[in-house]
Amino acid sequence: MPGVEGFMYPNEVSLYWSVLIVLYPFITGLVAGAFILASLERVFRVEAVKPTYRLALLTALAFLIVAPLPLQLHLGHPERSYEMYMTPHRTSAMAMFGFVYLWYLMAVLVVEIWLDFRADIVALSQSTTGWKHWMYWAMTLGSANVSERALAIDERVGWVVTLIGIPSAFLLHGYVGFIFGSIKANPWWSSPLMPVVFIFSAMVSGIAAVMLLYMALMRLRKQPIDMRCVDTVASYLFYIFIVDFSLEMLDLIHRIYEADESFRSLDFMVHTRLYFSQIVLQILLGTLAPILLLFVAQVTKLSEPTRKKIYAVSGSLALVGILAMRWNVVIGGQLFSKSFLGYTTYKMALATREGLLVAIGLTLLPLLILAVLMKVLPPWPEKKHASIPEAVAAH
Amino acid sequence: MNITRRQLLILLPAAAVAWESVLAGTPEAAPNYNMTDHWWSMLIDIPKCIGCGNCVRACQAENDVPDGFFRTWVERYHVTDWNLENPQVISPDGGKEGFPVAKEDAGKYFFVPKLCNHCADSPCTQVCPVGATFITPDGVVMVDQKYCLGCAYCVQACPYGCRYIHPTKKVADKCTLCYHRITKGLTTACCEACPTGARQLADLKNPKDPIHAFLKTHSVQVLKPQMATGAKVFYNALDGSVR
Repeated sequence: MPGVEGFMYPNEVSLYWSVLIVLYPFITGLVAGAFILASLERVFRVEAVKPTYRLALLTALAFLIVAPLPLQLHLGHPERSYEMYMTPHRTSAMAMFGFVYLWYLMAVLVVEIWLDFRADIVALSQSTTGWKHWMYWAMTLGSANVSERALAIDERVGWVVTLIGIPSAFLLHGYVGFIFGSIKANPWWSSPLMPVVFIFSAMVSGIAAVMLLYMALMRLRKQPIDMRCVDTVASYLFYIFIVDFSLEMLDLIHRIYEADESFRSLDFMVHTRLYFSQIVLQILLGTLAPILLLFVAQVTKLSEPTRKKIYAVSGSLALVGILAMRWNVVIGGQLFSKSFLGYTTYKMALATREGLLVAIGLTLLPLLILAVLMKVLPPWPEKKHASIPEAVAAH
Repeated sequence: MNITRRQLLILLPAAAVAWESVLAGTPEAAPNYNMTDHWWSMLIDIPKCIGCGNCVRACQAENDVPDGFFRTWVERYHVTDWNLENPQVISPDGGKEGFPVAKEDAGKYFFVPKLCNHCADSPCTQVCPVGATFITPDGVVMVDQKYCLGCAYCVQACPYGCRYIHPTKKVADKCTLCYHRITKGLTTACCEACPTGARQLADLKNPKDPIHAFLKTHSVQVLKPQMATGAKVFYNALDGSVR
């Protein structure tokens, strides 16, 4: 049979989870990571990362809006997906998706963004005219009080929401890892480390994405990059990357040392069909290279332009590495037979519902949404909004 | 015929009830089938299987199984004595048209028919996000195809590769143990078509079922017992190399 090597159970020859399911953990990972970066400023009072705070929140929202789309497009019957809310199956990890997603979207992210931008929204509703005025007026939800006391309450409630948001972000992405990690039939997935690895890799990708976006946007806006901020974000990226890499290596070493019945089959797969995506893209280019670059930036005194270049390259490589990691988990987990006697091939379609073009569109869509969100809710208010109180404008 | 007002008042609701049952259609042909009286399983007697593929063809004809997918299939194992962990396995088109003549004399050859194991603790029903796949009270794992989302999580969760997404219906599909037949007192299509009796439907709750005598006197095994799925397809003389 073309594309098959050795023996596959006959129903295993074609893959059932496509590139869209690769995108799903990648996108939710960006959400969780961006939110955790935002919480650094809010909860842990890391003042240096303040310039990225609002951008991180809006990035998280833009990606969260897109997160269910790959799943929806992948379903055989998307019109029945509401059944997950109506009649969730209590023993299914996947059934919890809708609830975790809604909780995160409505109870955490939207509330936090609204609280943080409320003063701006009120000011914008007063300074704009026509449909924009009505849009901002609606967004105030009837709460136009921007007195010092009211803003202090916003701040306090926002802090509590972020505090709830951190475990929620962990839940959102840990749960995605659990979906894979809890499948005992598949030794490539079945691991209690999977949710933890997913959380740390999510943080890596989210932080890298916000760092890159911040630098790119500052360049677009022709404004200076706050190097103190980017240095701090890069140092967090470095530390979390180390933890993420250690966990992945722990998983790898454990598998190699234990060498259970699946080992020979998986080892062969990593050295053949997954060699490029796993060894080259994920480990060498996507993990070791950025860790090394970030390490150099940490321990040596480099000039500002050099550091910028290092951060841009290592951030991009980190994103490639995490995307490759999702690919290796999702696609790699379906390339070998559960009989451990053979391998199949993933043939990605181009212009179908689950094809490459849709995947590229879904990856770019959050950036488009982010552009709109930033137009509606500018993360860095211009000086001309004089009506915004100083304390809020500086946020 | 004279009907009093009182008689009419009594007759009208009775007629309404009767009309309801007329609308409901013809009752099942096996009205005495009680789900809780049965616990279905299957016995596969490996030494008896000749790899003819009758079972695969019968299943496809009975259940309208799409080409390239299988509710049941047959594998041929070739195991050499010095390489027990690496058997050579083939299943051309699920063994539907039989197997090519074996080339090597060394080692042993045998056939292993496969189908859904109708696990009592099935991982596939556990993961279904809407409960569209379920275990019937008589122990058969089924899919409600009008309810299934087609997410394929169950396909990933099955350790035996018994499920697939139906290419046109876009829902999970698998062996139903010919539920439409066994609840009417018939055996499955695959068992009926097997010329050597290598496949036998068994009812573990029926004390008169020959399965009990067989299990007492033979060494039987289920596939991948380490998966702890409560598999109910029992294999007689299962070689350790079978996956």
